[in-house]
Amino acid sequence: MPPESSVDATKQKRRASIDWSDVGFRAALPVLAMLAALLIGAVVLLLLKVNPFEAYAAIFNGVFGSMTGFTQSLVKATPLLLVGLGICIAFRASVINIGAEGQIVLGALGATAWALGFKTWPAWLLVPTTLLASFVSGAFWGFIPGVLKARFRVNEILSTVMMNAIALQLMNMLVRGPLIDQAGVAAGTYLAQSERLPQAAWLQRLIPQTLLTSGAILAVVLAFVVYLFLWRTTIGFRIRAVGLNPDASRYAGVNVALYQALSLTLAGGFAGLAGAVEVMGVHHRLLEGITSGYGFSGIVAALFGGLHPLGLIPAAWLFGSLLVGADKMQRAVQVPSALIDMLLGLVVLFVVGSAFISKRWAVRRSIANAKAASEEVKA
Amino acid sequence: MMQIFTQTVMMGILISAIRLATPYLFAAIGEAFAQSSGVVNLGVDGIMLVGAFIAFYITLITGNVWLGVLGAAVSGLLMGLLMSFISVTLKAEQGISGIGLYMFGLGLSSLLFKVLVGTVQTVEGFQPIKLPILGDIPIIGEIFFQHSLPVYAAFLLVPLAWWFLDKTTWGLKIKAVGQNPAAADSLGVNVDQVRYFSVCVGAVLAGLAGASLSTALVNLFQENLTAGLGFIAVALVYFGGWRPLGILTGALLFSTVNAFQLWMQVLGVNIPSDVAIMLPYLLTIAALVAVTNRVRAPAALNKPFERGEN
Repeated sequence: MPPESSVDATKQKRRASIDWSDVGFRAALPVLAMLAALLIGAVVLLLLKVNPFEAYAAIFNGVFGSMTGFTQSLVKATPLLLVGLGICIAFRASVINIGAEGQIVLGALGATAWALGFKTWPAWLLVPTTLLASFVSGAFWGFIPGVLKARFRVNEILSTVMMNAIALQLMNMLVRGPLIDQAGVAAGTYLAQSERLPQAAWLQRLIPQTLLTSGAILAVVLAFVVYLFLWRTTIGFRIRAVGLNPDASRYAGVNVALYQALSLTLAGGFAGLAGAVEVMGVHHRLLEGITSGYGFSGIVAALFGGLHPLGLIPAAWLFGSLLVGADKMQRAVQVPSALIDMLLGLVVLFVVGSAFISKRWAVRRSIANAKAASEEVKA
Repeated sequence: MMQIFTQTVMMGILISAIRLATPYLFAAIGEAFAQSSGVVNLGVDGIMLVGAFIAFYITLITGNVWLGVLGAAVSGLLMGLLMSFISVTLKAEQGISGIGLYMFGLGLSSLLFKVLVGTVQTVEGFQPIKLPILGDIPIIGEIFFQHSLPVYAAFLLVPLAWWFLDKTTWGLKIKAVGQNPAAADSLGVNVDQVRYFSVCVGAVLAGLAGASLSTALVNLFQENLTAGLGFIAVALVYFGGWRPLGILTGALLFSTVNAFQLWMQVLGVNIPSDVAIMLPYLLTIAALVAVTNRVRAPAALNKPFERGEN
């Protein structure tokens, strides 16, 4: 058999293996999960004597009612996407990283300290090195629970939650101490924020008068990079293999603990970048509450995007929109944006719950396919 | 620095330690039930927050703290049912479901607080009760026997849970399901039913842990009142090796560190408060490192059960 024809055959096989009804079904599940969450949210709103239609309309108008609302949704989607990419890598290795909040903080700290430390550097040098600094510091915060898991089998969920709390206190301490804005000290306000970053460290604005910066482009590019990494490199393959079947991977000679620790470290790095984008693109300084809860909403976005870097792009935008809409809703109809936090939790519950239904569906389909095939053979 | 070692301060620390152990005990003993049956419920913190708010709010409105406690238990039960449905019936990944439940509880309690209350207020709540005779013993009486009712209840829960888990048929069923669900199933134990029961017991206790916080310890509610206490409670279950007595040791260790930290701040010892607040979290990680190679978890922990698969 000439080699060309065998290549053709595998190509054909690959093309045939895309089953669009299956893809449609998988995409429909998160949407249904979202609708179920919105429905429960509506019941809660009714109990609180708020018209749910009015509240949800306020969310929608908040995003699509104005140009700023729309760009703002992209601004919020950026850190969600970056955090979500890290979550994808970790979850694919069966490592549940709840530590993105703390990793964002560390990334923001690293970026701030670096940019303030090398104030005089030109932008072409300062911007990439600051981003790198944030990646490394975030990765460091993921590395610790990664090593604890690999070396001492410490449950990473618990250790990352603790690391979040520690990071938060660390930031509070630094931003009130060594990193405090001297202008605030001179003025006697003692605001818990850092000095403003040098302009050379700011991310380029894409649209003037908005907060949309080159960080958004970086995030999308990185989504493709992570996709290639997970599906086209050996390390990526091993990370996924470890997640799918740790025992089989171990028999195949893969160092499971090492790859789990690596995935947690990388996850921390991406969350760290999210912190840098917030500091370098949005606030231009480090201040309390820098994470805005992205560490948790990033998990929701990642699950919603099917733990796929490319599926994450629309998912991050969807949740970015929800967050923007929630702020607008709070002002328009006086419903606290905590409503959205609650809905995010429900979305997580329903998305992971529906995985079972999709598994059942897959089993049923394969049985039906096998039956059809055997009947074909008989005929 | 020397003023830490005066008798008053030492006693103050011990009294606070006993008090502060209460929510840890309720939540961690509850989590031990769920985990003994093979379900890790990471939503404890969320259940505690909702329980804390409900207990606080009902007490604020009706003035009856018992109604508040009842409300917290019911809210815990409902959230336990939700968690069991997702993780037992739908066999979802337990870690992520728990985080979903936590986020739900955090959001719901903040939402209800902002809409229904708005500002931080205090409630009367439970008052300290001096036990007859025991409460009159010098020093010992003051440290152990002059607390509010939930504190006593939390400590009574320890032998009660031990007896239930180790000495009753139901307790043994729970453990069997947590060790080998397939074998338990083949002997006619309804695995899903036992897991629903255990998760719900745990969730009710988590609701009560929240109630103890908002009606007996601090007597108020604010957003994210627990500050991750529920997660520490989950860690305590590992630390205590899934045994009530081990959990008691862990809870006391943590509450003592917390009490020490609080008293240091009160006394103005020159340690940054941020470092002091970090202590319990650092201690949790250290504790997890110390015990993970020593204790054996229920074999089926974190594994959904499906007939014919194992």
